[in-house]
Amino acid sequence: MWRMSEITGYQPVVMAWAGVLCWLALALLAIPLRIHKRWLLVGFPLAALVGLWMIAVGVTGLLLPASAQIVPVGFPGLPVHLRLDALSGFFLLLLGMSAFGVSVYARGYFQHMEIGELARLAIWYPVFLAAMALVLLANDAYAFMVAWELMALSSYFLVVSDYRVEEIRKAGFLYLLMAHIGAVALLLCFGVLQGNGHAGDAAFTFSAMRHGVLTPTQASLAFLFALIGFGAKAGLVPLHVWLPEAHPAAPSPVSALMSGVMLKMALYGLLRIGFDLLSVRQEWWGVLVLVLGLMTALYGVIFAAVQSDIKRLLAWSSIENVGLIFTGLGLAIIFSVEGKGGLAALALTAVLYHALNHALFKSLLFVGTGSVLHASGTRLMSGLGGLMRKMPWTGWLMLLGVLAIAGLPPLNGFVSEWLLLQAFLFTPGLNLHYLNMMLPVATASIALVIALAAYVMVKFYGVIFLGQPRNPALKHAHETGMWQRMGMLWLASACVLLGLLPSAVIVLISPAVQQLAGRVLTNDGGWLVLAPMDAARASYAPLPFWLAILAVLLLVYGLVRFRYTDRLRRSAAWQCGFPAVTARMQDSAEGFGQPIQHIFSSFMQVERQFPQPQDRTPHYASASIDQWWHFLYLPIVAAVNWLSRQAARLQHGRIQWYLTYSFITLLVLLVFVQ
Amino acid sequence: MISTGASGMISGWYLQIVNLLAALLLLISFAMLAQRRVVGLISLFAWQGAALAVSTAIVAVFTAQWHLLYSVALTLLLKVVIIPWFFYRLVRKLGMSRDVEPLLNHSLIMLTGIVLVIFAFNLALPISQMAGTVMRSTLGIAMACVLLSFLMMITRTKALPQVIGFMAMENGIFFAATSATYGMPLVVELGVALDVLVGVFVLGIFFFQIRETFESMDLRQMEKRKEH
Repeated sequence: MWRMSEITGYQPVVMAWAGVLCWLALALLAIPLRIHKRWLLVGFPLAALVGLWMIAVGVTGLLLPASAQIVPVGFPGLPVHLRLDALSGFFLLLLGMSAFGVSVYARGYFQHMEIGELARLAIWYPVFLAAMALVLLANDAYAFMVAWELMALSSYFLVVSDYRVEEIRKAGFLYLLMAHIGAVALLLCFGVLQGNGHAGDAAFTFSAMRHGVLTPTQASLAFLFALIGFGAKAGLVPLHVWLPEAHPAAPSPVSALMSGVMLKMALYGLLRIGFDLLSVRQEWWGVLVLVLGLMTALYGVIFAAVQSDIKRLLAWSSIENVGLIFTGLGLAIIFSVEGKGGLAALALTAVLYHALNHALFKSLLFVGTGSVLHASGTRLMSGLGGLMRKMPWTGWLMLLGVLAIAGLPPLNGFVSEWLLLQAFLFTPGLNLHYLNMMLPVATASIALVIALAAYVMVKFYGVIFLGQPRNPALKHAHETGMWQRMGMLWLASACVLLGLLPSAVIVLISPAVQQLAGRVLTNDGGWLVLAPMDAARASYAPLPFWLAILAVLLLVYGLVRFRYTDRLRRSAAWQCGFPAVTARMQDSAEGFGQPIQHIFSSFMQVERQFPQPQDRTPHYASASIDQWWHFLYLPIVAAVNWLSRQAARLQHGRIQWYLTYSFITLLVLLVFVQ
Repeated sequence: MISTGASGMISGWYLQIVNLLAALLLLISFAMLAQRRVVGLISLFAWQGAALAVSTAIVAVFTAQWHLLYSVALTLLLKVVIIPWFFYRLVRKLGMSRDVEPLLNHSLIMLTGIVLVIFAFNLALPISQMAGTVMRSTLGIAMACVLLSFLMMITRTKALPQVIGFMAMENGIFFAATSATYGMPLVVELGVALDVLVGVFVLGIFFFQIRETFESMDLRQMEKRKEH
């Protein structure tokens, strides 16, 4: 196949760069057009088209050999190195798939915005997309950091696009702060990676870092910095605190992109550094990532279960999914260090597959939440309910997303979570004995997390779409527009396709896995059946499974429809002593999450408000507060404040004192010189 | 360059003079520390500059370090003529010839000064052994001058004595450079001289501004300006 590319001169990296430039051009065009609403809105479908282009480029990037280019932009003497290999191609595909659906949706969703906010969104939205693509293409540390910071800044401006609300400004600041802490860690990481490399033209390029020779200590240091830097972006516990604040604050399509795609950029970065730039890995890195991932997954899902704000719930669910992905990554590192290439390929396939799945169904759920928010005007579950009848399109499409994220077959979430569990279950005797004993516990935790995720989604879907409206104003809720439906339809059908054709997907992403693990996942089952490594142990055939479900459904429907209709007797039901059924009688979001809150109460700090006995309209409220604020962040704040106060005591405003400070410093230095 | 051994015969008497002038320098530093009147302080500063210039000139001539003569000329011009004259004018114009009250009592300052001199001599001992100059024994005195000038800056409350202290410190540094390495390169010397000159003029402008704003040259008034 690459013979063809040699003849035609087709280079995926050039095409991807063209896509980046298109996105940037859209942003630049939006500046002079910022007062014309109609023209601004045209930008979103155009951005979606570039997303489609990126899908194509990503697929060719996966299939063709890596291509690299040096583009003379930026500082003189510091050209931008670009490279598109299978790993970048896979993530470009992920970016394009999510960006297409979300951008189509955004065209409809943003048309009700007032012109100022719309202009800010129309300018920063394509920049955000371009920055993420550039992160994937960067082949030197400068370009990577510039793209990374551009991604952080553009998403910050998107988060605070409604800057008049104080909570949004605060959330934006927290996000920016964490993003910069992460960026500093990344700078240090690249510094260590460059370490004893060559100066000159090749300095700080990734190709130089690949050939750099690092001692085990230096490599570990670089990996730890990378883990902090990318962990802060991905929302790894305990660096996750910005995520449940920033995602609800952003407009829904932006939340969709941040949650679906931007978190994956952190995964990409860690894969790039951990598996590509660092040639040698150590087993304890894998154990660390595994433990952090498990902690994140468990913590995320428990907090998701107790949320009553729909977007916060989804944000916590993103933390959970990131945790699952990092768990798989940790396992892959362990396997690759132990020389079990096939298993590492299995774990990495699960990681990449789940990353792609999460990008799709989380984008779908976030944009669907946007429709709900637009129709009802509230993000609180206490004001929602029964929307299925008012918004059937949104309801059915989101049902697909909810089933996918809950990990139910035959949708895509099941495939990747099943692969992840297979990777755990295949674990043979590892060289580290304590790890052998720990891994079954980890497997059980994964199962717990997946089950709890399903619980969370039952709550999410049930409270919003089923039952009775909890607020009379919901009677006027309206269905979402055409653009929105098309965007959601794209994302939902992608979820279904990825669920039904796992064998094809695994073949598609195998070049990326090959690049990382040196092996590909062997599918023992042919195109119809997915059987990682050995068909005798475990296999999954989604299409027959789906057909069977369909057949059973049709059969039951037919039987009910044609055999029992004439026997149906309609009469008033016995009322069980209830004069009326009101919306207050149904289970509330808090009530549904209460058992989890109770069981895992040691994880969180619960603040409850109980109604008084005499209260005529009793209202119960409870809030679960993240313990990490108390364990980690508030002590740091207190320490910084204390240090500043101590430093302030030196300030007298009296010049003699300042002179004395210099004098004493001079004397002390002189003594040392002596 | 003349080695110490070869110059041993003729060096006797001129080194005596240099040492004498160095001692004078130290004495003037102490006198500045004790002087209460601003006008007296300015005269002492001019005398210090003169002693410095003479001793440097002697070293320049007897060790054939001709580039030092430029420094001597600069010192004479700036620190003996222009800057003292400028300060006199300032004092007359601003009417601040009154006594300057130190923050601490005199005997305590003097005792601290003596401690500093001992410290400086101890400090200079290893350095002067490394230096290859004829006047390396005066390095301790140069150090002591720097530290004493610093002490003077700390103990004064008015702005002008502090500036004079700063200038005196510059004298000490110059003396130290001469005794350790026969002076700094001429470019550096010129740069420092220009800095000092510009600094003095800027400070002069500031003095007028400070007086207009606070009706006083007492820096204690400025403490109220600190940020809370």
